Amino acid sequence: MIEAHGLVKRYGSAMAVNDLSFSVRPGMVTGFLGPNGAGKTTTMRMILGLDAPTQGSVTVGGRSYRDLPAPMREVGALLDARALHGGRRAFDHLLCLAHSNGIPRSRVDEVLRIVGLEGVARRRVKGLSLGMGQRLGIASALLGDPAVLIFDEPVNGLDPDGICWVRTLLRALAAEGRTVLVSSHLMSEMALTADHLLVIGKGRLIADTSVEEFVRSSSRQSVHVRSPRAADLAARCREAGATVRAGSTSRAAAAPVADPDAGTGPDVIEITGMDSAEVGWLAAAHGIVLSELIPVRGSLEEAFMELTRDSVEYQAAGATR
Amino acid sequence: MTGAAIAPAGPDHRAAFRAATFGDVLRSEWTKLRSVRSAFWALTVTVVLGVGLGAVISAAAAHGYAKSSVSGKLSWDPTGVSLAGVAIAQLAIAVLGVLAISSEYSSGMIRTSLTAVPKRGRVLAAKSLVFAAVTFVVGEVTSFAAFFVGQALIAGHAPHAALGDPGVARAVAGAGLYLTALVVLSVAAGTLLRHPAAAIACMIAVLFVLPAIAQALPDSWRNPVTEFWPTQAGSQLTSVHPAAHTLQPWPGFGVMCLFVAIVYTIAWTLLDRRDA
Repeated sequence: MIEAHGLVKRYGSAMAVNDLSFSVRPGMVTGFLGPNGAGKTTTMRMILGLDAPTQGSVTVGGRSYRDLPAPMREVGALLDARALHGGRRAFDHLLCLAHSNGIPRSRVDEVLRIVGLEGVARRRVKGLSLGMGQRLGIASALLGDPAVLIFDEPVNGLDPDGICWVRTLLRALAAEGRTVLVSSHLMSEMALTADHLLVIGKGRLIADTSVEEFVRSSSRQSVHVRSPRAADLAARCREAGATVRAGSTSRAAAAPVADPDAGTGPDVIEITGMDSAEVGWLAAAHGIVLSELIPVRGSLEEAFMELTRDSVEYQAAGATR
Repeated sequence: MTGAAIAPAGPDHRAAFRAATFGDVLRSEWTKLRSVRSAFWALTVTVVLGVGLGAVISAAAAHGYAKSSVSGKLSWDPTGVSLAGVAIAQLAIAVLGVLAISSEYSSGMIRTSLTAVPKRGRVLAAKSLVFAAVTFVVGEVTSFAAFFVGQALIAGHAPHAALGDPGVARAVAGAGLYLTALVVLSVAAGTLLRHPAAAIACMIAVLFVLPAIAQALPDSWRNPVTEFWPTQAGSQLTSVHPAAHTLQPWPGFGVMCLFVAIVYTIAWTLLDRRDA
């Protein structure tokens, strides 16, 4: 259980985290989602006592992190997998950490086996690949077999195999009743991994909701239609109060639901404000032939971008004012 | 591969852990020290410079003794000559101490360390203790070895010193103590400045540059600087015959220790307060 009360972090005049209150519950994966620069890492650093909050407080298991008698036994964290001495061997790196919290040496071999790094335990860590480095970071988080786990962008730089592995691991940790907080800037990744979402933008909490609820409430529904009399149908739909756009330009973004054959062209329109059944009945009533009628759900990525549009720290030059 | 394997002893065993102790942190810091090569090399350089350079200087000075002036003969200090290498090797010790913590800042390891041990004073104390202990052992071995090798090379060409002579044992053992105080100062400097290059530059300034600049000052300025400049004062512990305008050996070393304590306290406070 992680609880934040009115967390504020100010760097000079810049507000990195602004009045953030939330709780992260055990037994589920909580996704900590926000665009780059939203304050995710800063918040995690405050949870771990690395940065002191300007105002507010955050506790882990009811205690401030600095007061934990054996921190690694209670909280496992991976903030930056590259935050280690490159000249040290993987095994020795973990051994240093294990010693510091009175964790037995045998546990080092154990976590190396869990993350599949037994084979490179004697290698110096600067020689490890990005994926191996990430696994080593996860191994160090697991060392103390903690009830709370905090991962900052754990799948960054991993190949599909590694991403799948991390996803399975996070789910397994939560299934064992642990509290798992994992940050990401990729909504699609969180949709697959998380049960609950904390969405932040510009240091403020935008949403604290279950993934299902988030998907339901923020996805935009539309209907993709192909018809030889598209223009005619468009006019009828507008009359019925719907919004119609000519041939969609964002088919790729909706790919998870859309038919792969669905193309664009003068005979394709995109209707919002009516569901597919209503469009079908309307077409039938006017004797319009439909060759494609596909309900399209806006992708999660789009929903997320919609939600955080106002709070994106860095936008491409064309998009600013 | 995942699943139940993460917690082999079952979910209930978590209740059994004990609180981490200072001893645990000491052990961790010791493991850190011996698992990287930089510390090994810094200590090797210390021994090689201290003993090797000391031997070369001793041999050269002994051969020049016969041809030297009366005043040169009067100020002949065989102990000081044999320890000349150690005075140069102190740079390797300063680098060792600075890197102890600043290398963790440059690699980012410090965040991992302070997450593992959020009571930050413990990390600094354990690190300092481990580096001080290692430096004390290596420093004493180096200075005694340098002394014996140096005296063996001097003997037969010039008057040589023995450990039983007044002040000699104290000077030789003092060289190891001086290096120990120096390594603690360097650890503190590394903690304060956090950048290895900046901290090393700072230590070189303290050890070599500022004392050299002081030599260019008028006497009224130079004498108090020579007397009280912490590292100059501390090095009096390693000399058998105190020169003019210098403190006595132990008071001099006391001045250095006081300076180390002040810098260390500032470093401790800042480490605790700053964001890592």
